[in-house]
Order: sequence, then C-alpha cells, then structure tokens
Amino acid sequence: MTIKRASLPPLLEAASLPPLSQGFGALLRRDLLLASRQRSDLIYPVFFFFMVVSLFPLGIGPDGKLLAKTAPGILWIAALLSTLLATDSLFRQDYDDGTLEILLSSPQSSFVFVTAKVLAHWLVASLPLLLFAPLIAVMLHLDGRGIGILLASLALGTPILSLISAIGASLTVGLRRGSMLVALIALPLYVPVLIFAVGAVETATLGGSVAGHIGYLAAMLVLAVTLAPFAIAAGLAISVKA
Amino acid sequence: MQQRVNQAETKTATLWQWINNTFHRFGSPKYFYDLTGKLLPWCWAGVLLVLIPGLIWGLAFAPPDYYQGNSYRIIFIHVPAAGIAMMGYAVMAFAGIVTLVWRMKMADVIAKVVAPIGASFTFLCLVTGAIWGRPTWGTWWEWDARLTSMLILFFLYVSVMALRAAIEHPDVAARATAVLSIVGIVNLPIIRYSVNWWNTLHQPSSIRLTGSSLAPEMLYPLLACIVGFYFLFAVLVMLSARNEVLLREYRSAWVKKWLKP
Repeated sequence: MTIKRASLPPLLEAASLPPLSQGFGALLRRDLLLASRQRSDLIYPVFFFFMVVSLFPLGIGPDGKLLAKTAPGILWIAALLSTLLATDSLFRQDYDDGTLEILLSSPQSSFVFVTAKVLAHWLVASLPLLLFAPLIAVMLHLDGRGIGILLASLALGTPILSLISAIGASLTVGLRRGSMLVALIALPLYVPVLIFAVGAVETATLGGSVAGHIGYLAAMLVLAVTLAPFAIAAGLAISVKA
Repeated sequence: MQQRVNQAETKTATLWQWINNTFHRFGSPKYFYDLTGKLLPWCWAGVLLVLIPGLIWGLAFAPPDYYQGNSYRIIFIHVPAAGIAMMGYAVMAFAGIVTLVWRMKMADVIAKVVAPIGASFTFLCLVTGAIWGRPTWGTWWEWDARLTSMLILFFLYVSVMALRAAIEHPDVAARATAVLSIVGIVNLPIIRYSVNWWNTLHQPSSIRLTGSSLAPEMLYPLLACIVGFYFLFAVLVMLSARNEVLLREYRSAWVKKWLKP
C-alpha cells in the first residue's frame, strides 16, 4: 500500500517541493482545526488532572502543611499521568484513516510533520493544564512563588513528556492493546523531568534559587526537541509498514 | 614511493574487505551457530576456572571486613551483577543499532535473548543490595540514587520486553524494540545523572583504574568474580541465542540435518 519514494514523478522531486515551514504550518493548522471540532479533547485532560490531584487530599488527609509539602510532587505526577493518557491516542486516528501512511510516503521530511503533530497535541492537551494548574495549586496550599515556578516547570517539562510519550505511541500505534504499553515505555523515561521539575518547585517554596533546575529542564527540552522526532518518525515508519 | 602508497592502499582494501566479510558472516545463523559451538566450551571453562574459585575464595576465605563483618561478602555477587546489568543494556542497544542499520538477523537474536538475562542480573543486583542494606543501613530499601537508577534500569528492560511481547510480527518487533532500546540508552546517562543528583547515600565506587580502596585480599577475589560473571553472561547469552537460532531457522536444511543426524 505504501508508495515508494523512487516512483514519485519528477514534479515532486525535492527541488520543487514547497518549503518545510509550509508543510509544518499546514499540518499544525489541520490538527488544531480537528481539535477545535472535537472540544472534549481540550477539556478531558484538565478534568483528569483536577480529579487525580483531588484524590490525594482524600488519600493522605486534609492536613494543610503536609499538602503544601507534597504539592509539587502531587501536581507533577498528576500532570504526568494526564499527558500520558492524552498522548496514547496521538497517532491513532491518523493511523486508522490512512493519513499517516500518506504523510510518511510524502517526500517531505518526516521530522517536520512529527514535530508539527506533537506541537499541535501539546497545544491542545497540555496548554490547558498550564492555565488551570495555578487554581489547583492554590487548593494544595502552594505559595505564590511556588506557583510561578510550577508554571515555568510545566511549560518546559510537559513538551518533553509529550515527545517521550509520542515515542511510545508511535511504536504501539498498530497494536490493539497499546495504552498500557505506552505507559510502561514512557514512565521510566519521565524520571529526569519529574526530578528536576519537582526539585525546582520545592526549592522555590523553600526560598532557594531555581536557575539550575530550570536550566536543566530547558537543556532536556532542547535535547528532546532535537532527538525525539527522529525516534518518533522511525517508530511510525516501523508501525505503518507492519 | 608511488608503489609503496599503492601497496598500502591494497593492504587497507584487503583489510577492509576482511572486516567486511567477517562482519557479514555474523549475519548467517549457521555461521553463528558453529562459531558459538566452538566458543562455548572456552566460556564454560572460564566459569569453572574463574567464577567458581573466585566465589569460593570471596565467600569463604577472604578476611571479614573490619566494620561490616561478614555481611560485606555479598559484594562478590552484587558488584559483578551490577556490571552485567548495565553492560547487558548496552549490548542490547548496540544490537538494536545493528538491526536498524544493517538489518542483520543475528543482531536481533542477541537483542532478544539479552533482555531477560540482563533484567535477571539487574534483579539479582537489586535483591543482593537489599539484603546487604538490611544489616548495614538498617532498611531493606532506601531511595538512594544508585538503587533507584538500578530500579529504573530494570523498568527499562521490562518495557523493552513488554514491547517485544506485544508485537506479533517478528520483523516489526525487532525494529520497534531496537528503536526503544536506543532511546533508552540515550536516556540512561540522563536518568543516572538526575537520580544521582536527586539523592546520594550509596558509597562511591571502591575500585578505580588508579588505585583502589579495597584491600588486595578482597580485591583479587572480587576481580575474579567480575571476570567470571562476564564468562557466565557469555555462556547464558550463547546458550539462549543458539536456542533462538534453532527456533527461527527450523525450516532450513542445516537445522533439519542437525535435528536428524
């Protein structure tokens, strides 16, 4: 079913292709448009985040001091699970209706379209979390500086999480029971992000300098943005050819 | 002068050809099977002559530690197992690269059989660490940096094995797990570093290339155990790889001949 690159007409040779930014923009617009027609995708991750966070006080007790102390960890683990669940279906729809196959067989670089798809997904699934996180953080008695740093760490950290779980999603898109597997693949790789992000928020609540933590998160984001799309593209190529 | 250059060039060319041929021969299951058949007795000899004496020496004859008494003796299993655990993942990732780049059948056989073996050694390392921690630190488990990064290494092995088990088609499984193990090996240093930074309680390594803080009576049996564990690892990998080769190639003429001599 896949079209061989060699068999493309000369018209589509690399020289006559539209610029990469155009392909990137078109795919981003398409995914955002699809999401805007299916608004539940915007709301569900936020509610999931909210519900998981509110389970913690029910589980460990309503003691304000304890909650304030554990708030960075609770908020980050909830955000991490929410990203994980949302990313599971990242490529599913495109895989089922054949879009993915067309995208992969196009002579455009798959690095670009993978990045566009993950960015669109982050805008839809993770950005709303950032907007609601301060509200939920207040409920866990996190102080003002802590909330600011929480937002910064979420802004830098959640794209890394999206990219990592997209690797898992790309490898399992062809499988029927993929979602548990995506969790098994992605969770161990989340560890560094969790450590530095929670470290940043904790240091902020204790009044220390967070430049180091935020710097590490930014470095990991750069690394993830430059390397993960290769792995995602490779994973998709393997899954689609199967 | 010109002649000499030409000579050197032909020499490099033949050397390259030789490397190329040897490398490609590894792709042949039959060659691999015959080669490991010849290597296995030597590795068994290594296990018998290095590992077993090393273990007996370390567990029974090495002097007890001044502070820890006899409980320190678990390092003769713990330290080699930790080394194998990490090397196993590196072997798996390297085999993954070979699978993706050269599509070599045998590389995937190695990647497949190394995963459970490496995971077992990781588990052994965790268990012996816990047993040692009980009398020394007073707890079975401590969220210490090295323990935690070992635990995450174990999780990485589990995720690779789970992915392979979930994909039915062997070729797809080979390439998908190859991608995952390469992603894992890129991440391992970051995980290791971040966890280290997060919490450090474990003592730093006692053995370095330049001098060691271990007494020689303890160091030599430990080195014997480390070398012996590598032999054991080689034996285990070869035995299961040979099984896997027979299983995958059971339709081919040489396996049929091997089955019914």
